[in-house]
Amino acid sequence: MWDKAMIDMLLEGIKDTLYMTLLSTFFGYVLGLPLGIALAVTDKEGIQPNAVIYRILDFIVNIVRSIPFLILLILVIPLTRALVGKSYGPTATIVPLTLAAAPFIGRMVESSLKEVDHGVIEAAISMGARTRTIITKVLIGESRTSLLVGVTIVLGTVLGYSAMAGVVGGGGLGDIAIRYGYYRYETEVMIVTLVIIVVLVQLLQWLGMLLSRKLDHRKK
Amino acid sequence: MSNDNNHNKIIRVENLTKTFESKKDSLHALKDVSFSIEKGDIYGIIGLSGAGKSTLVRCLNLLEKPTSGKVIVKDKDLLALSKEELRLERQKIGMIFQHFNLLAQRTVLDNICLPLEIRGIPKKERQAKAMELLKSVGLESKSGAYPSQLSGGQQQRVAIARVLANEPDILLCDEATSALDPQTTKTILDLLLDINRQLGITIVVITHEMRVVKEICKHVAVLDEGILQETGTVSEVFTNPRTHAAKRLIYMGLSEETEEEVAKHVG
Repeated sequence: MWDKAMIDMLLEGIKDTLYMTLLSTFFGYVLGLPLGIALAVTDKEGIQPNAVIYRILDFIVNIVRSIPFLILLILVIPLTRALVGKSYGPTATIVPLTLAAAPFIGRMVESSLKEVDHGVIEAAISMGARTRTIITKVLIGESRTSLLVGVTIVLGTVLGYSAMAGVVGGGGLGDIAIRYGYYRYETEVMIVTLVIIVVLVQLLQWLGMLLSRKLDHRKK
Repeated sequence: MSNDNNHNKIIRVENLTKTFESKKDSLHALKDVSFSIEKGDIYGIIGLSGAGKSTLVRCLNLLEKPTSGKVIVKDKDLLALSKEELRLERQKIGMIFQHFNLLAQRTVLDNICLPLEIRGIPKKERQAKAMELLKSVGLESKSGAYPSQLSGGQQQRVAIARVLANEPDILLCDEATSALDPQTTKTILDLLLDINRQLGITIVVITHEMRVVKEICKHVAVLDEGILQETGTVSEVFTNPRTHAAKRLIYMGLSEETEEEVAKHVG
């Protein structure tokens, strides 16, 4: 059974999984980064406290994060159809993955930015920095290692979610694992697929940590 | 020269009050504080911890917003300024801190570049200027180092170079030497003295260390429990303190005095 067709299928699965994971994480950050910045800035300890905006965003984030991914996947099918033209396959899966990742990313970014030493922020304020400058040069600049660790965690989580999309024909390694392992009882294929997923997550984690350690200058 | 008494006053604080409200009670950090600082002065504000001196200095650039009263810097009422006007005004009021507050992820040179970036100075120009400032504090060899690789005294020098990048008229020092050992303190104080003499920058020093005031200040204000107890030249206040708070602070601060002598003086 380990013929060329099988190996091609697994390679295709790896490709699809990485495609979904990377693009969803990217679009997740397009939505989640501004969201996280807004949360950190409008918080009552933030540089521009605004209770109303904070509460609204906080509420939205909590709502979306409470929806189990499989339910979200089905809930947004109309939106997915409108954006991609179909509701199955790797490209279609990017839509619910992005929506699930964005609030999660928002929280990760918020907590990274809140780690920045308040004294450094005050120093920037005392220099006459604009709020925008403080966000880009101080908050993001100083928390970049923490943000990178966040990206690593998000990649792992999104990769895991992408496997779930296999249930509805989302494509990728999860899809293969479910089709062979669950529907056809070919446990061997399922295990191989799982091993590949584990290796991918480990690899991403290792790369992310390596990069963030390289960029960190807080310690000698 | 104008006859106007306020003409030489670069900072005027009028009836400044700051109350921190919490759910249970309110803390009166500053109570009706008024004083003024002359242009070119080195002005010390001393007090024990909790006296309100840090709150006071933070009100001078509105890092802390006063509950009532006025802060007039260079004839401008800071509380009446728009957000944008205040931002520009702050560029001319430098501040250095007890814990230096350098950006940990930036090199020494890039730290000094920050205020210039804020003002939109082109990269080449700001790097040249930052290098020049770094030389002036004697750390040109450390331009590529990160703050974590420097000693406390070196970090404060970088912070001083950074604050000078904006060519401020006023320099606020919030316990700037409190985290440093006596020897390093001395070198930082000498640097501040140089800055005052050569650049004519008015310096406001907040400290609980008597020797800092004795070393560099011309005038001093004694703050106790949020109330300004007395002000005057350093020699006046140190040789002849009038209030109980000032006596307690000054006689305790002079290490050569024994406990008994303090008791005798304070009575």
